[in-house]
Amino acid sequence: MSTLIETPPSRAKHSVIDHAVIRFAGDSGDGMQIVGNQFTNTVALFGNDIATFPDYPAEIRAPAGTIPGVSGFQLHFSSKEVYTPGDAIDVLIAMNPAALKVNIADLKPNGILIVNSDSFKETDLRKAQVKVNPLEDHSLDKYRVFPVELERLTGRALEHLGLDAKSVNRCKNFFALGMCFWLYNRSAEPTNRWIEDKFKNKPLLVEANKLALKGGYSYCEATEAFQVSYEIPPAQLAPGLYRSMSGNQALALGFVTAAQKAGLTLFQGSYPITPASDILHELSQYKDFGVMTFQAEDEIAAITSTIGAAYAGALAITTTSGPGMALKTEAMGLAIAVELPLVICDIQRGGPSTGLPTKTEQADLLQALFGRNSEAPIPVLAASTPADCFWVALEASRIALKYMVPVILLSDGYLANGAEPWRIPKAEEIPAIPVTFATDPATYLPYKRDPQTLARPWALPGTPGLEHRVGGLEKQDVTGNINYEPLNHENMVRIRAAKVAAIVQDIPDSVPDGDRAGDLLIIAWGSTAGSITEAVKTERAKGHKIGHVHLRYLNPLPANLGEVIKRFKKVLVPELNMGQLLWVLRAKFLVDAAGLNKIQGRPFSQIELEQKIEEMLEIQE
Amino acid sequence: MTTAVLPPLPPLTRKDFQTDQEVRWCPGCGDYAILAAVQAVFPELGIPRENFVVVSGIGCSSRFPYYMNTYGFHTIHGRAPAVATGIKAIRPDLEVWVATGDGDALSIGGNHTIHMLRRNVGIKVLLFNNKIYGLTKGQFSPTSEINKKSKSTPFGSIDRPFNPVSLAIGAEATFVARSVDVFQGHLKDTLRQAAKHRGSAFVEILQNCNIFNDGAWFGVTEKEARSENVLMLEHGKPLIFGKNRDKGIRRKSDWDIEVVQLGDGISASDLIVHDAHHLRPSYAFMLSHMEHRPGFPTPIGLFRAWDELPRYEDLMNQQIKDVIAKRGPGDLNALLQAGDTWEVK
Repeated sequence: MSTLIETPPSRAKHSVIDHAVIRFAGDSGDGMQIVGNQFTNTVALFGNDIATFPDYPAEIRAPAGTIPGVSGFQLHFSSKEVYTPGDAIDVLIAMNPAALKVNIADLKPNGILIVNSDSFKETDLRKAQVKVNPLEDHSLDKYRVFPVELERLTGRALEHLGLDAKSVNRCKNFFALGMCFWLYNRSAEPTNRWIEDKFKNKPLLVEANKLALKGGYSYCEATEAFQVSYEIPPAQLAPGLYRSMSGNQALALGFVTAAQKAGLTLFQGSYPITPASDILHELSQYKDFGVMTFQAEDEIAAITSTIGAAYAGALAITTTSGPGMALKTEAMGLAIAVELPLVICDIQRGGPSTGLPTKTEQADLLQALFGRNSEAPIPVLAASTPADCFWVALEASRIALKYMVPVILLSDGYLANGAEPWRIPKAEEIPAIPVTFATDPATYLPYKRDPQTLARPWALPGTPGLEHRVGGLEKQDVTGNINYEPLNHENMVRIRAAKVAAIVQDIPDSVPDGDRAGDLLIIAWGSTAGSITEAVKTERAKGHKIGHVHLRYLNPLPANLGEVIKRFKKVLVPELNMGQLLWVLRAKFLVDAAGLNKIQGRPFSQIELEQKIEEMLEIQE
Repeated sequence: MTTAVLPPLPPLTRKDFQTDQEVRWCPGCGDYAILAAVQAVFPELGIPRENFVVVSGIGCSSRFPYYMNTYGFHTIHGRAPAVATGIKAIRPDLEVWVATGDGDALSIGGNHTIHMLRRNVGIKVLLFNNKIYGLTKGQFSPTSEINKKSKSTPFGSIDRPFNPVSLAIGAEATFVARSVDVFQGHLKDTLRQAAKHRGSAFVEILQNCNIFNDGAWFGVTEKEARSENVLMLEHGKPLIFGKNRDKGIRRKSDWDIEVVQLGDGISASDLIVHDAHHLRPSYAFMLSHMEHRPGFPTPIGLFRAWDELPRYEDLMNQQIKDVIAKRGPGDLNALLQAGDTWEVK
């Protein structure tokens, strides 16, 4: 044991690089998400910029060792700004043949492949439906392969503890993590602290996991297996206090903050659905902030209870994914008709129907814009990064409350589960959201509007003298009395549209990143922000004049968008759908924009974007 | 020392609950009688008018809020219980009544109805049961009898009907009663009892649609039939019915019940004594089911009132209070800065 730890300093070469992409892949039960998160936390605390991409199966526990059971966690960390979890990976840790089979195509040529060679026995290969052992058939020759007997070595490191074989085996993920810490010169201390906290009532497991972690580190030190270790210096992030933040967590915190800033109770009506459920899990913890979470009997009750809560004076939100959005559409129409503030979050996933529950897609945009009966315009906002979800939640709440209108907030599976460093704002720096309730019976009329915002007054039940009736039937403006007259209906339809359109006065003009005018304008929205930013940087470095507008407001669109479009020769709209924003922009601006469309349940790679950009620029020349 | 006593506010009257909106039910509709009963009972309850919220779904019955001078919310088809649950969660102090119909509550909104009842949200539900779709002009409803000839079933319906009271009791509702549009005194009394109940109160009101299903309840409401076929439920009294009050309901040895003729050695003491406050819903369920059987009467009145179960909205708000008592009120900066953080200088 001691010989493994107290080895002389390694003579391995030490190389300073600026970024790396690492992926941990194994069985759902192998603890890959845990070691991925530990590695992320460690490099983030060190000061690297990060982006993560957890990718797990829809099945809770598919049979061990099989392809459907493979769970992966990818991390991109860098001394520079990071916008995506990375395309191709530098280091792949594969815990079994299935994990290897699923992930190997993404490993760069000459990339480092660490495999648990103890799990490449005949039975393991059969479970993964692999005929020939890939460790023996030269199929991996273009990679730097490091077969490591993870199970035997972990066992040896822990043999004096007297643990049962199963518990020993469960520590092997930390052995692999220890190897990665050696490879990237990272301290095991944050993970040791985490282990001590996690198993605080089980001292033997604290000892075992820490020993496994140390064992992995020492193994690399002693065997000089890798010959080279890497150093990635801290990134130059803006000064401040940071934490790692996922999209769903950020949405939850954003809504709690919005409710506090508005002085309202936060009510969430929700029905569990992947990948939105984590928002419900998060918010249900914050009862000390008065947050009321209601797990409804179905998606329809989730939104209609939310409408009831809004009617009673709450900041009311409902959270779901595409199939749930489809069920909520009639109720959205009601919220539009009764002009109550609520936020409807759609964490998009692959569809149609049940589709790809754990995979990402951006194909609910047209549903968000138009998916209701009749003329039912609704403001639509989209988050672009995991941390941006916090700010978009605040902004959606602000608009809903100011304009007395339901607002749709679009996120997606990739943002929901991905994480990045978030510079934590001070609560005092976030502006208050002013809310007023009607109280004066002498002046109150249910649909008498604010001339600026066209918002109707919010009169809470229980207020003496303001008794009134609202509902889904067409009503007369000002009085709110039922009215079926033809001209009144047209007037009301136009007022509801004008109210949503009026929000444009309250949102910033779009300023393209990169060039303000030039050859190519990229217009996009949502979670594609990171890969587009990287691709635009690369292409602009080659001398191309490219601008990038990433839309946070999809309805209404920024006032100057049409004018920005005119400053560029061509427009490209990359989307993870069949061209939905493209359709909107072509219709609205009569612009001959082109699309780049991918519908694979996966984000764009930078290469895909760069190729399309170059193709469009070439045709022009 | 003298204490200044504020003069009491003038008591509310029926007029205070009437709106200026023209009532648009068909002439002769049973809904008028229900509206009159509600407008008569609300002023008696000692609740300020502004604290009433009347919520409805879609259908003839759901026009109700427009005619009540309270807060009112005419929502969408079937969803009134869910909207009302959101209101009660945020404002448990409000007096929330739902007006609904057989199609609204039992067909399109069936799911919300049963979940509201099992949660015991403090909402009063008035289900106007006319066994027909009126607003869409005459299709059979989930309470229509088998073989109902309607616009959508010219050869007769093949659907087995729901019994609203059985359904509510099956969902373990804590208050379940049945009354009739034309039994004004009984209806008002039932509404008063419902108002007193803290948990979910479910009242089925047999209502005549004189346009599309006239006479659907004549077996209960017509004078002759009424005295023969109706069993008026009274807590603590034996289950006796019949024109001459000479029939009763007796328990059999095999968990079933039977109709018996009184006299000839059978007296009231052999009959089941109505217990509206029984902890278990099984007895009330059995009562609710008898009308489907030949020779059995239709029970009217209070089937079950068991108000020991906490209200959902109270539990929701109490849980928040308990967490705040334990953790202290949330500190936003502490929340935002929770977990592992690092400083970039």
